[in-house]
Amino acid sequence: MAGYLLRRLLLVPILLLGMTVILFGMLQFVDPVARSALYVRDFPRNDRQVQAIIERYGFNQPIYEQYWTWLAGKVDAVSGTREGGVIFGDLGYSRTASEPVIDIIKERFPNTLDLTLWSLVPVFSVGIWLGVQAAVHQNGWIDHLVRFFSISGTSIPLFVFGLLVIMVFYTKLGWFPPGRMSDWVSQLIHAGQFHQYTRLLTLDALLNGRLDVFWDALRHMILPVLTLSVMSWASFVRVTRTSMLETLRADYVTAARARGINEKDVIRRHAKPNAMIPVVTLGGLQVVSMLGGVVITETVFNYPGIGEAAATAAQNLDVVTVLGLALFNGLILILANLVVDLLYGFLDPRIRVSAR
Amino acid sequence: MTKMEENALFEELAEMQTPGLDKKTGRIRHIFGVDKNGVLRGLLRNPSSLIGLVLVAVFILIALLAPLIAPPINNDPYQIPRDGYQYEPQPMGSAWLSNAPAVPFWYQPLTGKTQWIHVLGTTEGQYDIFYGIVWGTRTAFRSALIVVLATFVIGVLVGSISAYFGGAVDQVIMRVVDIFMTLPFIFAALIMAAILTPLMGRSPFPSTLALITFGWMGYARIVRGDVLTIKERVYVLAARASGLRDRQILFKHILPNAIYPTLAFATLNFGEVVLSFAALSFLGIGTQVGYADWGQLLSFGRNWIMSLSNYWYIIVWPGLVLVLFVLAWNLIGDTLRDLLDPHSKN
Repeated sequence: MAGYLLRRLLLVPILLLGMTVILFGMLQFVDPVARSALYVRDFPRNDRQVQAIIERYGFNQPIYEQYWTWLAGKVDAVSGTREGGVIFGDLGYSRTASEPVIDIIKERFPNTLDLTLWSLVPVFSVGIWLGVQAAVHQNGWIDHLVRFFSISGTSIPLFVFGLLVIMVFYTKLGWFPPGRMSDWVSQLIHAGQFHQYTRLLTLDALLNGRLDVFWDALRHMILPVLTLSVMSWASFVRVTRTSMLETLRADYVTAARARGINEKDVIRRHAKPNAMIPVVTLGGLQVVSMLGGVVITETVFNYPGIGEAAATAAQNLDVVTVLGLALFNGLILILANLVVDLLYGFLDPRIRVSAR
Repeated sequence: MTKMEENALFEELAEMQTPGLDKKTGRIRHIFGVDKNGVLRGLLRNPSSLIGLVLVAVFILIALLAPLIAPPINNDPYQIPRDGYQYEPQPMGSAWLSNAPAVPFWYQPLTGKTQWIHVLGTTEGQYDIFYGIVWGTRTAFRSALIVVLATFVIGVLVGSISAYFGGAVDQVIMRVVDIFMTLPFIFAALIMAAILTPLMGRSPFPSTLALITFGWMGYARIVRGDVLTIKERVYVLAARASGLRDRQILFKHILPNAIYPTLAFATLNFGEVVLSFAALSFLGIGTQVGYADWGQLLSFGRNWIMSLSNYWYIIVWPGLVLVLFVLAWNLIGDTLRDLLDPHSKN
């Protein structure tokens, strides 16, 4: 187990290094004027300023030195302040959003996280239930229905599904509006009558004891959550079904049946807990893949998360902003994958043993 | 398909061994032959994959016959002809007032009319939806072919070299694969579009390049798994003992026997690539406005969220076509996976 842990932990710096190298390599295709947003707020006004920036931030230096400046930033010799430096969280300045990239993340990541976490609820509950039903009734009509359902789920693009549910539930029925919150809620927050403990709106609403705000936040999230779930259900159902089928054929399940335990208890107490091991891992990975899927979902629903910010920045050709957001997303992904892998090793004794 | 799902699929595909003879001809007959256990026969017999095959055939026909189904008017047929510049979408069946292309051959016998109409209505800015869908089929096939071919070649080369040489080479290459997988594809595509668009203008090129750069890892993983099992076979050891060069052993003896699961994965990936391509266009970073592309057509819908009940046709038709296209490949892929997977026969 220790060896496995060590090897897995060692992979993290390698991945981080590799990711930053790829992103930095992409930056080399950007002209110095656009690249200067990494360090300075405003567009350089004339050629002299451009030249000054090139020299000051070493855009004419060897590439490894530029990489280092990008990573660690540049300390001003006189004032001692640091400019740039992605490892210190300075991801540059978003000229299209008129604020530092890190502020975009601080402001919007809680929204994305809120959305992603809520999406896990239907994904887990419905996904597991359907998968188990399909496995227990293998080749029965439920199985076929679930299978059809999961193929259709993978075939409907997120944005088509998103637009369709907007058409039905917002334009036609007016039940669930797009966006993040109603005007009265944002006024409430601006007026300072609503304390933002965590910046996760649903959680904050509960902490403030404002059920009306909670309901409003939920109402805005139902459609994007549904859209993200449809994307994940298919894979969830498939993995649950396969895993459950395998477990139901295991010797210890047969033994349990032979002892005369009734089928319901066999499934619930003996088969299901072990069949859930890969499913739990999948749940972690699902959060990860959702963080990518939010770009489209947030754009469709006009939901102010980091995905929507990235899409808007890309449309405005704001490379520094997209790059900063991608770096952050990659970091989250690496950490989430690490947690999932460690969890997997912990949950499944077979991996612990084979890794020795 | 999500990244997770892809991973699950890679594992499934990597684990499976194609049944049948080791000899090349035997394999090919197994894949394409019509014998009792042949894969092609299996695909034709299964109702869902049959539907998939029929759908794909229809799409191929539409792509080939595009100039006849929707006659072009511009020099560049991929530019959707516009009927004026009015902002508001026009409903289905409204008359084509200005700039009308020739009436296609099928229209008069079917309806008895000689005046060409907007069969499926127009989007904002009066782009004809029907034309966009028909020519968009070509765009879809073209981008998918380019991307699938390129990623397949890169993935197979990287994966097989990694597995064949093993040891440190394998370690380094697989870590590079891991690194490429840490970047969420869609973010990478956004960066590439933001970088390349000022350099070469709005074109399908940035999204295609992004799909290739961040799409080959799956193939590499599958091929690696299969080469690893096959390189220990007796005939490979024999080839090595007879003093053949590495290149000959790898490309003549190992790859021909290791490539089929990867080929299956490539067909599966067809719908997936078209979907990602459309998603990028939808986000506004793919083709230029007015290019015949399904994602592009759908992206017009974003401006009409408040009144989609009136203008439902601007999202429903392009959406339906996209769904059918992806569904067709998924139906084939699903059956193919079962047919190639020895476990599922029990």
